[in-house]
Amino acid sequence: MYKDFDPNLIQPIDPANEARLLAEADRNLETLLQPQADSPLHRALRKHGFSRRDFVKWAAMMTATLGLPPSFTGRVAKAAEAAPRLPVIWQELQSCTGNSEALLRSANPGVEDIILDLLSLEYSEVLMAAAGDQAEAVLEESIKKYKGQYIVVFEGSLPLAQDGIFLTIGHKGERGTELVKRIARDAKYVINAGTCAAYGGIPMAQPNPTGATGIKPFLRANNINTPVINLPACPVSPTNIVGTILELVMFGRVPQLDAYDRPIWAYGTRIHDKCERRGNFDAGEFVQSWADLEGLKRGYCLYKVGCKGPFTYNNCGVVRYNQGTSWPIMAGHGCVGCAEPNFWDTMTPFYEPVANRVYAQPMVSDATADRVGVWALGAAAVGITAHAVATMVRSALENRKSESMQKPKE
Amino acid sequence: MAARIVVDPITRIEGHLRIEAALDERGTITQAYSSGTAFRGIELIMKGRDPRDLATFTQRICGVCTYQHYERSTEAVERAYGVRIPPNARLVRNLLWSAQVIHDHVVHFYHLHGVDWFDIASALSASPAKAVQIAKQYHANPYNASESHYALVIQRLSKFVQSGQLGPFAGAYWGHPAYKLSPEENLIMASHYLDALAVQRVMSQMEAIFGAKTPHPQSLIVGGVTSVRDALSAERIGQYLFMLKQAQDFIDRAYLPDLVMMGTRYKDEALRGDGAGLKNYMSVGGLPLDEEEWENRRFLFPKGLILNRDLSKVLPIDPMKITEEIAHSWYTYEGDQVALHPFEGQTNPQYTGLEADGKLKVEGKYSWLKSPRYDGIAVEVGPLARFIVGYAAGSEPIKKLMDGYTARIGVPFKFWYSTLGRTVARGLETKLLADFVPTLVNDLVTNVSKGDERFFTPYLPKDGDGFSLSEVPRGSLSHWVRIRNGRIENFQAVVPSTWNASPKDSKGQVGAYEAALTGQKLADPKKPLEILRTIHSFDPCLACAVHLLDPKGQEIAHLKITV
Repeated sequence: MYKDFDPNLIQPIDPANEARLLAEADRNLETLLQPQADSPLHRALRKHGFSRRDFVKWAAMMTATLGLPPSFTGRVAKAAEAAPRLPVIWQELQSCTGNSEALLRSANPGVEDIILDLLSLEYSEVLMAAAGDQAEAVLEESIKKYKGQYIVVFEGSLPLAQDGIFLTIGHKGERGTELVKRIARDAKYVINAGTCAAYGGIPMAQPNPTGATGIKPFLRANNINTPVINLPACPVSPTNIVGTILELVMFGRVPQLDAYDRPIWAYGTRIHDKCERRGNFDAGEFVQSWADLEGLKRGYCLYKVGCKGPFTYNNCGVVRYNQGTSWPIMAGHGCVGCAEPNFWDTMTPFYEPVANRVYAQPMVSDATADRVGVWALGAAAVGITAHAVATMVRSALENRKSESMQKPKE
Repeated sequence: MAARIVVDPITRIEGHLRIEAALDERGTITQAYSSGTAFRGIELIMKGRDPRDLATFTQRICGVCTYQHYERSTEAVERAYGVRIPPNARLVRNLLWSAQVIHDHVVHFYHLHGVDWFDIASALSASPAKAVQIAKQYHANPYNASESHYALVIQRLSKFVQSGQLGPFAGAYWGHPAYKLSPEENLIMASHYLDALAVQRVMSQMEAIFGAKTPHPQSLIVGGVTSVRDALSAERIGQYLFMLKQAQDFIDRAYLPDLVMMGTRYKDEALRGDGAGLKNYMSVGGLPLDEEEWENRRFLFPKGLILNRDLSKVLPIDPMKITEEIAHSWYTYEGDQVALHPFEGQTNPQYTGLEADGKLKVEGKYSWLKSPRYDGIAVEVGPLARFIVGYAAGSEPIKKLMDGYTARIGVPFKFWYSTLGRTVARGLETKLLADFVPTLVNDLVTNVSKGDERFFTPYLPKDGDGFSLSEVPRGSLSHWVRIRNGRIENFQAVVPSTWNASPKDSKGQVGAYEAALTGQKLADPKKPLEILRTIHSFDPCLACAVHLLDPKGQEIAHLKITV
């Protein structure tokens, strides 16, 4: 699957590379960690009733989520403790603030620890106390003071139409386009949180009234080559933000990304592959329509009522949302494909199986991590539909068979 | 006119907002201008799409009250299709609605609005022992109130301040003369700020139980809900109730006592009428208690209109009297019409730019927000409006809470017509709702145990017009959809922040924000804390307030802005 596998990449870990990567993490962490017996994070954790053991358990969970071998648990814990309070600027663009809200609800670590101990959220319009000129001053100062060191997180797409008039920020009415250039140029990494910042998202859905775009193409077109990591989904799972930051701290470099700049550890498998209802799919047990109460109660596969899990790469089924409370398929609603570029146009209508698509749109940019190509999705759709039809026929036959078997009893 | 100050960005809100205020020589606001500064165009994107998809799109209008847009669009399409959902589906939606409102109000008060009222820098000099004493004046068993806990909070905050990396607390107006709490009182609220960060996660989990996730829940469909397994599971319902208990615990022992404490300290400002604003209040009804059409529905929060603070008359609401005007908005209507009903709504942008010095052209068009009006009248919407309408309509729980509060801090009814009144009403509403939710859970369990397992009503799609009106955290939200040939022909949303943050209309009537700011005195125009306080008391949510753009309007004049 990973055709251009490079031994220097962080994942997937080859046993031969493990030792080397461990050493790299150690070297990097060495430069970050200050000799401190009791880190601020530990004090915060104790205060919230977490024991050292809980913390190690959390680190182990995070290590597994990151797709690293257990030998990294200690390093993940250290990365979380890394004292130098990584400066973060969180800039809202054409957004709905859903990703900030998601982060606010993050469980691991609690957002209070993120704010106060783990990260230094220097500028966040959603959370900061300052406003107006003072807020702008904070932004200016952070850009200067942490030049080349800060992470900028963008939330929301960027409108380019009519010279960018659809987004102005600050008392001088600065265009969003200018602001993005200014912040991104001096950043160490750009993280695009959510599908809008990553690929344009809903403002870019046809007919794209404001000329919205994802951040990376805009930066590259303006010769800004800051490394970009896309964390799509609507909203992005907080685990994926925290995990990405931990990995950046641990290795001091960008994790392995797929063709759409998504970290492989989070977006390397399809929703369908790790779905809790995969067994039902394989057995041909489908919710036939929304009126199929029995199917819904039994938790059958949602493909026929429009689930886009087979075409979507993300780890929702594993990490779930809101401290693991639920996720769409668990709540009986199909996946809408929100981590894929252009999903508003390519995955709609949401309540029809892909094969029943009524729009005349061409099937474009169905993202697969390994870029199999546009035709492959078509093939997959055909295959899955064929499976759905075949199992329906089979179960119909079985029903008839069982009916006919019952008949003699009458 | 001595000066005009500009506050942009207004932070701790959702979306992008600018406020400009003209001051006289004594620092009193003579005129205020509110401007939405970002723009996405979701209504236009809806044209030609499958109506069943509408709600999934429109919930992305806003990442905060995301569920509310989800429910509105679903209901609007149901109304157009003529579908009546079963009681179980209505109850599951009620539970989602309630969890969203409770969560939203708590986050707003502590994390978005609170620091307008309490001064974190001052909390550092507080005595923990004294703070415990004070907390006990407001509740017999106050939330997380112990000397050791308060000492830890101080330690945490001071380390933070000393480190120089202030993070979200940098650059605020600490030490501003408009802060009135004592160091100990500031400490109590700062401590609850941190507690609330943990509690709000539990509250959002409540929403995720039946909604799959939040923000952007994913369990509604036209005709019903999909989270059948969760709604039929005793374990899931138990989880929901358990989390509700934790929410109630925080509301009773932290949120309400804090409001009483704040009311005691700031009541003079309230009685002076700071931030009172418009005298007209509207509610379109919140939390339906049956499955009837909107016109005949019973609501926990009653619907009605109060004009000129006349509580003796609750006027009925006619959805057909809602219009949107564009006299001072960056749009035009065909044929020079000034006001259109949302079913006929158009959005042709005409951006006329800013003045050369970067200020708003306040004589002309100056905002991406339209001006919604009811029967041509500007009204305030939100928790305070709901409570005033409810009080006048004779809602027992609302009366009890409002009268109880004013009696406790010893003020007359006019206390409510103020910035603080708005903030307190939001808290009382949280309490009322949290205490009512167990009734909804009981109804669901009773209904299911009677053998009713319907969560979906089958339907045949058809053409028609549909709308949905409901109260949501920030006020009255309505979605309007016109379906033709099986596709969405037109979609409009008239959202609470547009009602409140709207620019002047064709008759020159100001919206609620602009009215509430006018006449307020600023202690220090360079640090306009009073403006933030009043604006935040409305809980602005600007992403949803901004309308769409017409792609045909390519020729749009704009000024080059000199940066």
